Amino acid sequence: MTVAVNPTQTGEPVFYLADEHPHPEGYSTSLGFWIYLMSDCLIFAILFATFGVLGGNYAAGPAPKDLFELPLVAVNTSMLLLSSITYGFAMLTMQQNKIAQTQIWLAITGLFGAAFIGIELSEFAHMIHEGATPQRSAFLSAFFTLVGTHGLHVSCGLIWLVTLMVQVWKFGLIEANRRRLMCLSMFWHFLDVVWIGVFTFVYLLGVLR
Amino acid sequence: MSPDLLKLIFGRLTFESLPLHEPIVVGTFAVVATGGLIMFAGLTYFRVWGYLWSEWFTSVDHKRIGIMYMILGIVMLLRGFADALMMRLQQALAFGGSEGYLNSHHYDQVFTAHGVIMIFFVAMPLVTGLMNFVVPLQIGARDVSFPFLNNFSFWMTVGGAVLVMASLFIGEFARTGWLAYPPLSNIGYSPDVGVDYYIWGLQVAGVGTTLSGINLICTIVKLRCPGMTMMRMPVFTWTALCTNVLIVASFPVLTVVLALLSLDRYVGTNFFTNDFGGSPMMYVNLIWIWGHPEVYILVLPAFGIFSEVTSTFSGKRLFGYTSMVYATVVITILSYLVWLHHFFTMGSGASVNSFFGITTMIISIPTGAKMFNWLFTMYRGRIRFELPMMWTIAFMLTFVLGGMTGVLLAVPPADFVLHNSLFLIAHFHNVIIGGVVFGAFAGIGYWFPKAFGFKLDPFWGKLSFWFWVTGFYLAFMPLYVLGLMGVTRRLRVFDDPSLQIWFIVAGIGAFLVFLGILSMLMQFAVSFLRREQLKDVTGDPWDARTLEWATSSPPPAYNFAFTPVVHDNDAWWDMKRRGYQRPLTGFKPIHMPSSTGTGIILAGLATAMGFGLIWYIWWLAAASFIAMLAVGIGHTFNYHRDFDIPAEDVIRAEDVRTKLLAGAK
Repeated sequence: MTVAVNPTQTGEPVFYLADEHPHPEGYSTSLGFWIYLMSDCLIFAILFATFGVLGGNYAAGPAPKDLFELPLVAVNTSMLLLSSITYGFAMLTMQQNKIAQTQIWLAITGLFGAAFIGIELSEFAHMIHEGATPQRSAFLSAFFTLVGTHGLHVSCGLIWLVTLMVQVWKFGLIEANRRRLMCLSMFWHFLDVVWIGVFTFVYLLGVLR
Repeated sequence: MSPDLLKLIFGRLTFESLPLHEPIVVGTFAVVATGGLIMFAGLTYFRVWGYLWSEWFTSVDHKRIGIMYMILGIVMLLRGFADALMMRLQQALAFGGSEGYLNSHHYDQVFTAHGVIMIFFVAMPLVTGLMNFVVPLQIGARDVSFPFLNNFSFWMTVGGAVLVMASLFIGEFARTGWLAYPPLSNIGYSPDVGVDYYIWGLQVAGVGTTLSGINLICTIVKLRCPGMTMMRMPVFTWTALCTNVLIVASFPVLTVVLALLSLDRYVGTNFFTNDFGGSPMMYVNLIWIWGHPEVYILVLPAFGIFSEVTSTFSGKRLFGYTSMVYATVVITILSYLVWLHHFFTMGSGASVNSFFGITTMIISIPTGAKMFNWLFTMYRGRIRFELPMMWTIAFMLTFVLGGMTGVLLAVPPADFVLHNSLFLIAHFHNVIIGGVVFGAFAGIGYWFPKAFGFKLDPFWGKLSFWFWVTGFYLAFMPLYVLGLMGVTRRLRVFDDPSLQIWFIVAGIGAFLVFLGILSMLMQFAVSFLRREQLKDVTGDPWDARTLEWATSSPPPAYNFAFTPVVHDNDAWWDMKRRGYQRPLTGFKPIHMPSSTGTGIILAGLATAMGFGLIWYIWWLAAASFIAMLAVGIGHTFNYHRDFDIPAEDVIRAEDVRTKLLAGAK
């Protein structure tokens, strides 16, 4: 919005807008959501730092080498990465105003996300079954909390995704729904980026350690 | 009923949890309950509940939310200060074999509650309240970016306060000190509900604080009126921006560290334990990475208030605006690089301690620059010694003293001697009372006429001022002396009788501050009764300089009938100087957000969930969590959250102002 703030042609300064238009709905939303994501990023940063400090304290318990199965983690990672691509497709079809295709891509994204959560839970169950519980050592406390917090975020994303699908189904691709899909898109890709950090620092470097 | 069933329903909450064996607590409860009942009955009798609900509790108007924050802060100040008086009395009495009147179980809760309440539920609400009320007016906006979120944030803060207050009568509060260091705060040493009250009280309030930080950043970045570039923003808005950046960049750390502590307590993980690889010092580091920025979160807006007050009451443009802005930004950044000075004694070695000692000392440079800017603003100004200006001068003297003892403490070898002593206690009360509290009072006195349409009574205000200032010095200067003599903090009884006189003097000081608080309450009451004589009809009672004074007192719901256009730092001063004519015609409907009860409902459910988690009432925690989810999602199905104030209403409101202004001439 450009406004003449200089004196008008008559030389009189303008001190107010005689003809103003309210800010469009959702004017601050993307900035606000970005700032929220950064605060969330800080939560992960602290959990990474905690893992960095405590991650070597096995307390004579199992170490990453004994626990992590990289092939399974690779499958899991691909689930999440694929879900990011399909979310991208959903956004593309949304731009073209194709409701049905958007919904299908959103559903596929949700399925990949659910598969990711399922594999993660089974990995957790396996570890706990082998006695590698969060209580066993500071390393395992930090591991379960960092990876679990990420999983919790993905689960929240899934609830949000379903809610948005219902809202798109009920109200169509109206402006408000597009904005919401955009926010969830940022959230979803953000979780992908965090997972790449988890995969690298927790799993790959853990096995090397 | 079988014990198992009782346990399922009530968790670990039993009749024994009620502190009926503590006569002091029972007495307090009787007073609070009677007062509460009288207030409740009064509100019901005069049928104000409906009005309160529809006009205040569910309001998304930033001005009303700001005022509610201020009321919360002042109410909690009474509680926090009662704790302070109890401590001062105990320490003045407990000499020569006397145990004083508080047992250790109670005394330890009192000093913990005092710290937690004063920081989280007094200083934070006062600062957030002022920012909420003033910032949108100063930048010529109609409301904040996310008005519903603003209401929700406020009620979450209230929810946290409710949990902390509940601990007084149901169960107990933490006995760990205000930052709840492990291993003491871990389940092995604090198996009771005290630390859980602490955790959930702060978590619930913390969500509100973080969201309100995001909200105000967006407001300042996106909703400034035309012509207001960043370097034309009033200094208070600048400090509010920096403070909210600090909030968003530090409160998540607190959230995480408290979450990890609760995992240790509830699940049995080993983050901060002594065995299985845990590290208590990890907690201390993390909590101070939040804690140090927190003190700047509190004091930066106070600096902003002093800047506005000094230039208004000196009748001059602020000296060194640009340097003031840069000083604020530099403090914002440096506040993240000093956290380790809170525990030099950790044993991190000479190099690390030197680094943090030096960064700490460097902070005094931008702060000193600010001090000189205020002095030069006053220099050759026509200073009017109204109450806000008096608070500002008291701040300048007091804060310089506190700042210098802070630089002393920043020297690691000196800190090894003074760590955890009463010298430290004197230092931080010196800067927090001298900076934040005096700042909040200056801000209340300055913006009160804007909020309510009448000035505060100066007589009771001056009385309160002198009680506060002399009381402060009497209460805390002895603590410097005691600290230098080696007396540590949080002690309940003393052996050396020669120390008693200092504690008695400090107690007298605290009593003077008590009189100061009473005078302040009296000031509010008297001002309300004399509101016709103290009335402000112009909207600009102080001949001030920034945009909030361009509209009526109190401002209409829409703040400005037409969005202002700004050409100068001191926008309103510029408008007055260049013959601005208030528009009288051409009013249009104004688009505004609608009220909603969702915020208070969600916050109520969050508080119930916190209560369930504290007492292991799992069904309550789960049910309120599911209900929160349902209400939250349900709220997103409401797409119509705005309405238009009809042009006739705007015309009516503006006509009233025209008549008032005509009468004032």
